[in-house]
Amino acid sequence: MAFDAPSELESFRTEVRDWLEANCPEAMRTPLKDDEVVWGGSRETFKNPDSKVWLERMGEKGWTAPEWPTEYGGGGLNRAQAKILQQEMKRIKARPPLFSFGLWMFGPALLEFGNEEQKKRFIPDIVKGKTRWCQGYSEPGAGSDLAGLQTKCEDKGDHWLINGQKVWTSYADQADWIFCLVRTDSSVKHEGISFLVFDMATPGVEARPIKLISGSSPFCETFFSDVKVPKDQLVGKLNGGWTIAKRLLQFERSSISAGGFGGTGGSGILTPQEYAKQHVGVDETGRVADGDLRARMTDHMMFAKAFGMTVQRSTEQAKAGQEVGHTASILKYAAAKMNQDKCELIVEALGTEGLGWSGDGFADDAKKATRGWLRSKGNSIEGGTSEVNLNVIAKRVLGLREHQ
Amino acid sequence: MSFVLSEDQQMLRDTAEAFARDEFAVSRLRGLRDAGANGVDAEAREKLAELGFFGVLIPEAHGGVDMGMVSMGQIMEMQGRTIAATPVLQTAVLGASLINMAGSEVQKSDWLPKIASGEITVALALDEGTHHAPLNVATEAEKNGQGYTLNGAKRFVTDGQHADLFIVVARTFGEAGQSHGLSLFLVPRETDGLSVQILNTVDSHGAAHLSLDDVSVGEAHVLGAADTAWETLERALDMGRIALAAEMLGTAQAAFEMTLDYLQTRKQFGQLIGSFQALQHRAAKMFTDLEMTRSCIAGALSAVDENRNDIAELASLAKARACETLHLVSNETVQMHGGIGMTDDHDSGLYLKRARVQEALLGGATYHRDRYAKLNGF
Repeated sequence: MAFDAPSELESFRTEVRDWLEANCPEAMRTPLKDDEVVWGGSRETFKNPDSKVWLERMGEKGWTAPEWPTEYGGGGLNRAQAKILQQEMKRIKARPPLFSFGLWMFGPALLEFGNEEQKKRFIPDIVKGKTRWCQGYSEPGAGSDLAGLQTKCEDKGDHWLINGQKVWTSYADQADWIFCLVRTDSSVKHEGISFLVFDMATPGVEARPIKLISGSSPFCETFFSDVKVPKDQLVGKLNGGWTIAKRLLQFERSSISAGGFGGTGGSGILTPQEYAKQHVGVDETGRVADGDLRARMTDHMMFAKAFGMTVQRSTEQAKAGQEVGHTASILKYAAAKMNQDKCELIVEALGTEGLGWSGDGFADDAKKATRGWLRSKGNSIEGGTSEVNLNVIAKRVLGLREHQ
Repeated sequence: MSFVLSEDQQMLRDTAEAFARDEFAVSRLRGLRDAGANGVDAEAREKLAELGFFGVLIPEAHGGVDMGMVSMGQIMEMQGRTIAATPVLQTAVLGASLINMAGSEVQKSDWLPKIASGEITVALALDEGTHHAPLNVATEAEKNGQGYTLNGAKRFVTDGQHADLFIVVARTFGEAGQSHGLSLFLVPRETDGLSVQILNTVDSHGAAHLSLDDVSVGEAHVLGAADTAWETLERALDMGRIALAAEMLGTAQAAFEMTLDYLQTRKQFGQLIGSFQALQHRAAKMFTDLEMTRSCIAGALSAVDENRNDIAELASLAKARACETLHLVSNETVQMHGGIGMTDDHDSGLYLKRARVQEALLGGATYHRDRYAKLNGF
């Protein structure tokens, strides 16, 4: 799209503002409650009925995916317009209408690697939140070494036949469809992987939730026994799945780094500093009485500020057309450390109030913080462990060699 | 806040980089040290002046080029890469901005053109104890008939071994620890009663202790209004901290690159030592630190040019992070070089020694963490 004159952008802003004013229900301008998050798909119950209206209106407009092409149901906005939409939504404190792995991960990959028919078939329902997607990547024997995956995919002439097991499949029990890495050639490693999509209701698919140390079950073990998948559901080339997988991991890591971490707590949890003031107390000058805790908390605040400025720097430099791969490579590692440190500091500041599990003896936000702290231990494991991230920095960015 | 350099800023950065590489290699500092020059390098000063580096923060009306802090940051970063001994921080950042912000028209026309041309060097004489504590000024300035009489002592004044002009912070009112009652005085080196004890410092950049015994200066030597220098002083200190943080980034980056080269050439057990994961992860962590620190410094530099209201907070963030990053990198530089890193022939030691001086100047990580917390109401 051509460069927009400032006046055109301003009239677009007015248009957006008027539309939001008319279409964003009042209840959707209040802080998002944890149990009112909309993930879409056939199992979505819309606990708050207004969230259904909001999703439908935004989906119809394509503004759940503002920058995707209109021919697939997207908003067709350019970068500047999308930014205006974002600003205007923020201005009225509008809730995000949809949380979705389809929007964050699969959709961008499909737009890049899918054929025309696949884009027409899958993208519109992602935009409207009608299909909920899950990601079939890790396996019991393929975690950090993802390319070691063994889920077998055989060519049976008129269909693919899938046998194997995935693990850490986020919300597989809630999802309608899965995008999945499978092995189509076992004589080679990376070059024998393909990228398939299929319906989770297909006979032979079974998802079993895994209970985590935090008590929640956001992940599943997913089993495939003689699952038949139509031939046209292979995305990209046969044995060309690793390229798509890597690209998709970038989308995943950037959405994690941008604040999409599990364990950030959710609504109602205060900052470590606030809990320290409440539970540790302050001295006569207003400083947190425990000097050591105060110093460590300040260190965390400064780390978080430095992280935010690094995200900003890499965004600005990318916009200016500069190479930012080096800077971006550190974000996932740094974000995991930042979130885990924060969770640890919150629990430490809460003292015994941070050691509750359930029941009325502990405040709701404190219990939530405790669960969040436990959940945050996964931050340095999911989406590439911190160790793997450091390996990637050392080898790809710093150019250090592989051990012989 | 802008994180992308303008064309002019990029050009200046390239010039400063080439200059540091070609004319200001680490061997120059080594040579100065071995010759006992104690950080005094007249030839280098002349070249810096030719390039216009002393005038970057000085208005054009007073002989400067007025390019702002982002530009100054590029110069500082590049001189940091080769741990060069230059008067830029004291003269062109602290001295120039204090005179420019607080000075009368006469003082500005008297001194700023001389700074811009490299004719004189300036040193801010502030700290009196062994740790940075800008409010803990006990040096007294007592009003006499024609002006003031100064008595007191200043410790570890960098560039004090050669500065032609000192900007002395003294108390015209109140007690050590208070912000009200601080005043700034322009005290030329040859002033009676000022004695300079030259120091041989670990980084070979040199410094001096000052002692002021009944130093008498006229009204014309008071820089800005008496008693109320704190606000200006604090702003100038923040500019100095940010500039010094930029220099430290250059030092850390260069030490890191030198270490990375070594990891890729040194072999043990039949392997490049850089192929050992224990070292790879430490290198990757240093890189992460460097990138985050770079963002803080870029943001702080641009905040000064935009005259934002969070300069103090960003200055403490930049300096604290620069201290922590450089502390880590300078230690790892010696460790990863092994035995050779312990030898005087190798540059590792020069970086380590310079690092600790940079860390201490204008407040270390502890000082700035505490200040950051206070500024955030914590």
